[in-house]
This record gives sequence, C-alpha cells and structure tokens, in this order.
Amino acid sequence: MINSWKALGVTLASFTRKKVTAEYPKEHLPVDERYMGFPALLWDSSRDEPFCTGCMVCVRYCPTQCMKAEMHDNPKFASGDSHRRKIIETFEINLNRCILCGICVDVCNFDAIEMSHEHELAGRGRNDQRVDLPQLLAMGRKYQTETGWKPSKPNALSPKEKEAQAAAAAAQASETPATPRPAPLITPATAPMTAVATASAAQLLDPATTVRPAHIPPAPDMGDSQDKEAAAG
Amino acid sequence: MTNIRNTRLDTPEESRPNAGLPSVHGPQVLTRDPRLLTGTVGGTTGGTTEHSGTPHTPALARSPQTLDLMLNMGPQHPATHGVFRMELAIDGEQVVDLIPHIGYLHRGSEKLCEHEIYSQIITLFDRLDYVSNFNNELGLVLAVEKLMSIEVPERASYIRMVLCELNRIASHLLFAGTFALDAGALTPSLYTFRDREKIQAIFEATSGARMMHNFFRVGGIKEDVAEDFGARVTQLLSELDRGIDEVDHILTFGEVFLARTKGVGVINGPDAVDWGLSGPALRASNVPYDVRVYEPYCLYDHVEFGVPVGSQGDTWDRYYTRILEMRESVGIVRQCLGQMKPGPIMAPLRRIARPPKGEVYAHAENPRGDFGVYIVSDGGEKPYRLKVRPPSYCNLMALRDLVVGQYIADAVVILGSLDIVLGEVDR
Repeated sequence: MINSWKALGVTLASFTRKKVTAEYPKEHLPVDERYMGFPALLWDSSRDEPFCTGCMVCVRYCPTQCMKAEMHDNPKFASGDSHRRKIIETFEINLNRCILCGICVDVCNFDAIEMSHEHELAGRGRNDQRVDLPQLLAMGRKYQTETGWKPSKPNALSPKEKEAQAAAAAAQASETPATPRPAPLITPATAPMTAVATASAAQLLDPATTVRPAHIPPAPDMGDSQDKEAAAG
Repeated sequence: MTNIRNTRLDTPEESRPNAGLPSVHGPQVLTRDPRLLTGTVGGTTGGTTEHSGTPHTPALARSPQTLDLMLNMGPQHPATHGVFRMELAIDGEQVVDLIPHIGYLHRGSEKLCEHEIYSQIITLFDRLDYVSNFNNELGLVLAVEKLMSIEVPERASYIRMVLCELNRIASHLLFAGTFALDAGALTPSLYTFRDREKIQAIFEATSGARMMHNFFRVGGIKEDVAEDFGARVTQLLSELDRGIDEVDHILTFGEVFLARTKGVGVINGPDAVDWGLSGPALRASNVPYDVRVYEPYCLYDHVEFGVPVGSQGDTWDRYYTRILEMRESVGIVRQCLGQMKPGPIMAPLRRIARPPKGEVYAHAENPRGDFGVYIVSDGGEKPYRLKVRPPSYCNLMALRDLVVGQYIADAVVILGSLDIVLGEVDR
C-alpha cells in the first residue's frame, strides 16, 4: 500500500517536470563547440582564396581513404597577391566513408580543414554525399561564420607585401640614415593599404627601389618538412 | 530439414552435459506434440526449430525418452546484445547444450591494424568495445607508450582517468539497464539511459563525439579539456550519485529481480579463473583481481578506491558488483578532479609515433574486464602484428558451463550478466 503511494508520488513528480524531448526535424538541439561533424574546407578571407594548398597530407592519413585532392599553380601567387605557390584545384570527400575521426584536421599544416558542425547527411542519391570543393568551402564558410573561427597563425607575406615591406624599410632608412631602425612590423590585415602608400612614396623618393630583385624567395612552406618526414618513413 | 543435430543422443549417457540433472518432464512424459517433430513451430526467435530425431518420425515410435529440441537464438535477438547466435538444445524448459556462434561482426580489426599507423589505429580501437571507447583507446596508447618508454604528463593521465572512469560508469549504466530488460524489468533502462546520456554529453563537449572519440594520443591526449569541464563533471557526479541510487533502489532488491537472478548461473572462483573470466564477472566470484590495483597504470596508484567483490558468483552478484563499481568510479573521478593541476597534455614527441623494434603487452581494466594489447613492432610506424585480448570474448567462454542445466529464460539473464559487446568479441 505504501509502495503504491510512493509509486504514485514518482508519477506525479514526473508529471510536473519540464519536457526534455526535442521534436527533432522541427527543433534542433545546439551542438557543442568541439562537436566534430563532417570535415569542411576553410576560406582565407584576407587572401580571398581557400587555405588549402592541396598538399595531400590529409588524403594520405585518412584511415578510410575518403578524400581526394588535386593542386595547381596559384594564379594569385604569380600576380603577387598571395603567398601560396600552389592552391587546391579539386577536392572531393565521400562523406559516406568518412568516420569523423578528425585525423585530417590533426595533420593539416595550413588550418585548411576543420571538423564543421554539419551532421545531417540526407540526400536523394548515393552520390549526394560526395561533396566537391565548392560545397566543402560552403560548409567551411558556414562553420567560420557560426563559430567566429580564427586561424591559429598569421599568413606569411605575399610577394607584393614583401616588396612593400622592403620598400617601407628602405624609405625609413633613407629618411633617417643616422639611426637605422628595424623595419616596422606590417600585419597582413593592414598590409595592402600601407603597401600602396609607402610604395608610391618610395618610388618618388628613390627610383632605385622600384627595381625588383630577380629572385623572390618563396614563402615558407610549412608542409614540406612534415611531408618529407612522412614520405621517408 | 537440414542440419539435423542430436547433441544429446550422440553422446553416451554419462558424458552428457546435464548427466546428473533430472529431466523437467520426467522419464515417463512422452506425449510431445507431434507437430514439433516435423514443422517449424514458433521458437522464441522466429528462427526454425529443429527436431533432433529423424524427420516425420513420431517421437513415440522412435525413442522411449524425451527428445531434445534444437533452438536457434540470434543473431537478430534483442537479448543477445548484438549479433551473437547460440544454438540451444533444450529439453522442455531446460537447456541441455549450447553451441555459441560468433563472428557476425568480424571486421578483421587486428589485421587492419597492420596497415595503419598508430594514430589511425586509435580509431579502430574506438570501434572494438563500442560502449567503453575511452578505455579501449587507453589500452592501445598504454601499450605503445610502454614500448616507446614515454612519460605521459600528469595532467593528461588524470584527464584519461576521469574520462575512462566516466566511461566505465556509462558502460555499467548501460549494462544495468539492459540487464534489467533481460530480467523483465523495463523501467530501470529508462533511468540508466537518462544518466548515460549526461555522461555522453560531457564526452561530446570534450572530444567532439559521443562515442567514436579518437581523443587519446600516444603520449597524451588530443587537446586540453574545456574550462568548465571540472564544474560540469562535478555537477554530473552528484547527478550520477542520485541516478545510481535510484537504479539500485528500484531494481537491486526487488523480489522478482532477486528470484530471476539469485542462484542463477553460478560459477565459483577457481572455475572463473580457469575459464579466464575477468572484470566484474570474475570479481563477482570472490576473486578480487583488478588490473588497476595489481598493475596500476596511469595514476591509479595515486587514488584510493575499493574493489567490490561478490560472494556467490551468480548473476545477481555480477550485477551488483557493477553497481558498486560505479560508486567507486564516482569516487575516483572526484579524487582526480581534486588532484588535477594545469600543465602540458602531450609528451614532446614527433607527430608520427614510431616505436623501436620489439614487442610489448599492456593491459588495462576495462568495464568488461582485463583488456590487453600485444604489439610486435618492427621499428616502423605501423605495427608488425597487433593482438587484442578482449575481455568480452574470454568471458563468453564460460557461457556454456553457466547456461547448461538452467532454464531457457535464465540463459538470457546469464548472457546479459556476462555483459558482452560483440564488437569486441568478433573484432
């Protein structure tokens, strides 16, 4: 008898409790910040191109071989706007094969790939889950805007920025030749504007600085050493 | 009618598994429904029931004794907790023989490991025992670290312990819920799944995945826990305390539950050791063996905890050992959180782990028992050979001994009390 009343008490207590069920298709529970959804490629808005250079590290370390990638010469490097000599041309991930392990993110040297918060995979056909470069970048951009993602390290200087920096340093040196100072640090975000201003000023002051050096040292490629190490093994 | 088996009649009387047991029907009862002999009169699984004698021959005419019925159970049966199949020879309600069939979930994990680098193998280990993923990962990284003689940073060890113990609780909660289902109690499973979900939420916030974490690394862990981790886990622990008490209260000493589990599937200590049982299934038989105590890994020698043991070695003891273990785990997590200090979470290593030539065996206490990993390395970045000692598989060995002679409904409870996970049994 007492137990029956106790049981009734439990029922009543549950009856008054707030509902915790979320009606799924209509209502989406928020995912955690670290949630690992499908991998997506990120967009470098300061250069207006993907971070991915197509170095194939992720492709090689993927346990399920769900990706393929091809690189090509970056036209923006040729024009001096970007520090990336190579850039991704095609990228495909078969999300049906992906096991969401995050190894691609771990091995990436360029902040190019990230586990996005995408987790719904419904499509009309089997090939709908084979996402190509534009789709991956769209997923990545959604992830970037949702989470306010920031790259872990600043971009290297592009050829144009390097030139501008050298010119600025030269201009500074010519202004105050008695006390040589180190070249001012130019952050990539403010670089283009400074570059235009100082370059024109420098040209006016000293035509000699407009002569470009014959060989522009390539941007430091962080992936090379890692690749060689892996390839050697 | 194919595949006619007659395990009982083929063997001499005295060597039958239930030689000493009285028949349920008694020797005089020969009036079995003749339809049983020829057709497929519904078994519990929807599988075919096979008669052990010659088809289309009435039992009365053929043999003066009760014939066994071969009953197929699984692989699609909710009580087998996965794709496990057993052939039961039953005499009335009593099981006289049992033939386990495994391998339905065989994926060749060990062979696959030979073609993967160690960081990729961690993802395979997540999928062995898929209800205690962190513990599996730990077994592997412990082995590789032992082979490479790596000192893991203290904070990483504590975080590993916290996650593993939480996973042990999650696993035991799942066990308690499904075991109650096996014994016919529906409500506790709702309670345990509710609490398990809270643990999984912590896992998701920490590793980014509810189950397939890929969080442990050779030499440490993937990333430090979130800032609110300690507060969240502390909050969770108090909820777990309540939740475990609730399950304990609703289930453990229930009259029906006791009737279903007390004295069922008894195995004594020496037998349990002989069969290679480990984990709660062994400790329920009063053998206080726990790897965390006898060969402490991580920092288990820095925390204090008890090892609950049973006295009878029956299904109830196997169940209650796990309930008590959950409480101990809660205590371990509390101590870890108290002792944890800020610091590095990865040993300074090259990104690709490359152990020296040699071999190593490391083992850890999984929720299911003694989980061992044996690695032979040829000095490369992939193992030459990798062997897993899966506790579920070894525990399953004792199933036939436990079940034979019991009622068929108890076979379900006994299998449930061993708490196997087929991902690990089949690998």
